[in-house]
Amino acid sequence: MSTPQPNDFSVVHPIDHLMRADRLPHILCAGCGIGTVIHAYVRAIDESGTDPDQHVCVSGIGCSGRAAGYVNVDSYHSTHGRALPFALGIAVHNPSLTVTVISGDGDLMAIGGNHFIHAARRNVNLNVICINNFNYGMTGGQVGPTTPIGAKGTTAPQGSIEHPFNLPYLAKACGASFVARWTILHVRQFTDAILRSMDKDGFCFTEVLSPCPTSFGRRNKLGEGLDEVEMYRERCHIENGAENLQDLDIDIVDHEQPITVGNFVDIERTAFHA
Amino acid sequence: MTSADGIVRKPMDLDRAGVPEGEVHIITERCKECGYCIEYCPEKVLVYSKEINSRGYHFPMIAEDKATSCVLCKFCDLICPELAIYTTDASDDETQS
Repeated sequence: MSTPQPNDFSVVHPIDHLMRADRLPHILCAGCGIGTVIHAYVRAIDESGTDPDQHVCVSGIGCSGRAAGYVNVDSYHSTHGRALPFALGIAVHNPSLTVTVISGDGDLMAIGGNHFIHAARRNVNLNVICINNFNYGMTGGQVGPTTPIGAKGTTAPQGSIEHPFNLPYLAKACGASFVARWTILHVRQFTDAILRSMDKDGFCFTEVLSPCPTSFGRRNKLGEGLDEVEMYRERCHIENGAENLQDLDIDIVDHEQPITVGNFVDIERTAFHA
Repeated sequence: MTSADGIVRKPMDLDRAGVPEGEVHIITERCKECGYCIEYCPEKVLVYSKEINSRGYHFPMIAEDKATSCVLCKFCDLICPELAIYTTDASDDETQS
């Protein structure tokens, strides 16, 4: 292979037909995991063999809200916290579409928390990918509903004193048909989880732990994105079908505690159809 | 491939199976130097370049003695947040032994 030359746009990535490639490189920070999740989503569309015209991508507000702008399927960048009601309307009106919500923890679980529990309760046929970076990254690193106890943020310089949400436990309790948690390093596993969600009829929830080197990593001395991903690699242990979802809290201060990942729930439950 | 009881076991597809050989393609202008492809390559094929792209990042390049070391695991392609790297099967171009 010849040495790559700067300013060379002659090489085209094989998945570029499912991306709005003219907008790349995207605005996300170096080391941010949202790009990997978008990449995995378009790869799942490619591998599923379905027509991209049958896919809809809905995103909320925040860094992960940019996802809808980069994928070359029908996509909607909705208002803050309202990605789920918007997607619910699409899924209920046209059940033949595969609707995927790619959004962040601040959008889905804070302002959109009520929509989340009721979409899961109704078991609407949606695939929800929640990119969890433990804070409000775009607005400057404020503490959110998933910030672990003791983790620092702009609004908690001494460390957060609140109990965070345990997202897989919450999704299971609300009645989701499929619940998984992976990190961006488990890219093959969460691509498979997205593929399973696309096949499955009902509310499918995948939490993806993603590094946020600019906001969360910097304040918590986690280093660059690579260092945070390396921390996940050392601490994650895979437990598919784990029973004790209440024990899945993430401790970001004590690096001896394991982070449990896997496909936890895969049940048959009647989906909501109008 | 001799087991404890002395039986010699040989995979049935040994004559057909081989180590896959890949070729790495890098879109240097998209790279933001996150380092995931370099760190997690199982064969350590990639290194940071000394040159920079137009945004000032040191993109990955093939290490000098690793031009044929890629085993086509595609992990660099999958993990890349920027869609700046991919691999293709190079064995089609090679003479099969």
